[in-house]
Amino acid sequence: MNVPLRHTPAPVKLAIVDCDIHPAYRSPADLHPFLPARWREHMTTFGEHLRQGLSGQLAWPRMMASGMRVDSFPEQGPPGSDLELMRRQHLDANGVEYGMLMQLSRGGMEERNLDFAAALSRAINDWQLETFVKPEPRLRAGIVVPQEDAAFAVSEIEHRADDARFAQILISPRSSDPLGHRRYWPIYEAAQRARRPIALHVQGFSGGHASTGSGWPTYYMQEHYAASTGMQNTLTSLVFEGVLERFPDLKVVLIEGGFAWAPALCWRMDKHWERMRQETPHVKRPPSDYVRQNCWFTTQPIEEPEKPEHLRDIIDWIGWDRLMFSTDYPHWDFDHPREVFKFQLSEEQKALVFRNNAKALYALA
Amino acid sequence: MPSAQTLLPYLDEYWRDQLVNRHIDKSSFILTSYPPNSPLSARPDWRQASGAPCGSLDDIRRQALDPFGSSLAICNVLHGAVALFNEDMSAAMCSAINDWVAKELLDREPRLRASIVVGAHNPALAVKEIERKVGDKRFVQVLLPAMGEMLLGRRIYWPIYAAAEQHGLAIGIHAGSTYQHAPMASGWPAHRVEDYVAQSGAFESQLLSFLAEGVFQKFPTLRLVLLESGFTWLPTLLWRTNKTWRGVRPEVPWIDRPPAEIVREHVRLTLQPVDAPKNDPQALARTLEHIGSDRMLLFSTDYPHWQFDGEDVLPDGLPDSAVRRLLIDNALDTYPRLREMAGLGDNREIKQEAVR
Repeated sequence: MNVPLRHTPAPVKLAIVDCDIHPAYRSPADLHPFLPARWREHMTTFGEHLRQGLSGQLAWPRMMASGMRVDSFPEQGPPGSDLELMRRQHLDANGVEYGMLMQLSRGGMEERNLDFAAALSRAINDWQLETFVKPEPRLRAGIVVPQEDAAFAVSEIEHRADDARFAQILISPRSSDPLGHRRYWPIYEAAQRARRPIALHVQGFSGGHASTGSGWPTYYMQEHYAASTGMQNTLTSLVFEGVLERFPDLKVVLIEGGFAWAPALCWRMDKHWERMRQETPHVKRPPSDYVRQNCWFTTQPIEEPEKPEHLRDIIDWIGWDRLMFSTDYPHWDFDHPREVFKFQLSEEQKALVFRNNAKALYALA
Repeated sequence: MPSAQTLLPYLDEYWRDQLVNRHIDKSSFILTSYPPNSPLSARPDWRQASGAPCGSLDDIRRQALDPFGSSLAICNVLHGAVALFNEDMSAAMCSAINDWVAKELLDREPRLRASIVVGAHNPALAVKEIERKVGDKRFVQVLLPAMGEMLLGRRIYWPIYAAAEQHGLAIGIHAGSTYQHAPMASGWPAHRVEDYVAQSGAFESQLLSFLAEGVFQKFPTLRLVLLESGFTWLPTLLWRTNKTWRGVRPEVPWIDRPPAEIVREHVRLTLQPVDAPKNDPQALARTLEHIGSDRMLLFSTDYPHWQFDGEDVLPDGLPDSAVRRLLIDNALDTYPRLREMAGLGDNREIKQEAVR
């Protein structure tokens, strides 16, 4: 029987949890059934109102096929929009037991018109359920909310709180203020109450600030890297504005921002927290304590040292219980579960990173 | 740091009038990045009775040079003149600062060297100032802030690097911001400690900018020195950039070898602050191994900033084999002008410090 190789389920012993899968709609019209007429018309007439110069495209063009794996295009629609292909190419082929959906666009996180943002948020959450999670029980939705409207975000979190198919809450780390700012605290309070982690996935759309402290990068190479510095900023803000002290049960997942920077950032935060301690008396313990207690990291895009063993030091420092495997399917910089680690993991370490950490965090059966 | 009034004799008549008539000479020109009373800005025993940070020439000799046995030290003046929007006023004040440094510090203390302070916003004026001071071999570096108007790798700044390379000056980027952009990609943090922590990300962004724009291909002998940057973040940058480069090569075809190799060849970082765990010297030792080169770190005290206590400037975990390179050789390799000045002994230290 001649079955194409990539469609053959791989002989993976360990079922995996993939903490970063990107679904897509075939066209914006896919959202119409989930939007009130008023907002359908608004979407058609005015479209999204973002904080960037180009409409409907990114100012740093991606390297290949709009940033997608070239083999991930279905016959119709963009990559991620065809559940059958996603099953065949990724969920079945790579032994995915659970996949966490990361719906990044048209969920209102980056929309300036907050009423439209609220309508989009509700629509995209319904759309995730209907299009992916109901037909494919391996997938879990994220409650996408516009962080700039905390009152609505809280109501949407409460609206979904009893539905176990929503595993976490998605807000943008490219927010209009650093995420430690108090106007976001109601979201953290609601997350803690709903027992859902806050998922911070790197975001291409700006909340109104340049992606570096010296302005805008020129090349995609730099913008790709800015996801890492931006994530460090966000974690710094959550620690020093006291979010993790005020909400001790809050769980924060940092997705696609890299993780190898975490030990050095913790060392830096600890050192300067101690020196400047009187400025932030509300931060009662060393910053690294909060990160160790409240934060999880996903693997992709995994950093690749010239000597692969060096990455083991990093994970030892972060904690093997805090790292969760992710592929970023169907994006171009996909990490394959069999290729991702270039050094030998023990069976226990493999079980933790590929499966058990995520199952515990998201209370997956 | 020279006060604006101290600088008046170094300004021409027009700018002297401007500063006096507009009471600009009564302004402090203190950078937001370094509030003088903040613990980080000066060690308790490096403060005057009034509480102000030390920094007179006598203080420098007594507190920064003698205790560490330094035979040479590079002064970096952190002055608010670089944050003025008026390009001409900024340039005039930078010139005055550089002349003041030469007369009040370099002429009086042979162990001292200095950086040329320039405003980056007008590269033509910056180049003019570099050309004006370049005959004085005691100036070994051009100083720019870590966060400014635009990322420093951009082509608009290349005339500064052309001048630096031609004259054997390093480009020094020092922690600090002119606050033309929010320090974080998500805006303005509430606390000063957050601004300071975010400086390391600013250095990462600048390094990426130099790499991606091809500055090191255009200026193959240029040295970039990151001052008060921290360095324990460096391995992640090397690893991530090497990997990303494999996917983005067609976008930046001038990067003709793994970025980590380019960084190790062209970029140097100063020792302080050592952002590593206090009670785990092994973590620092491992991190240095991750960096993969003993030629990149330059000894610094960051005087008068409070980064360490007593004379405990060399952290535990630093391998003995790296110490001599750190104290002497790396700086001599980075700053050709230090070698040109005769009379260097074998066991003397070279360091960087802030002058306030």
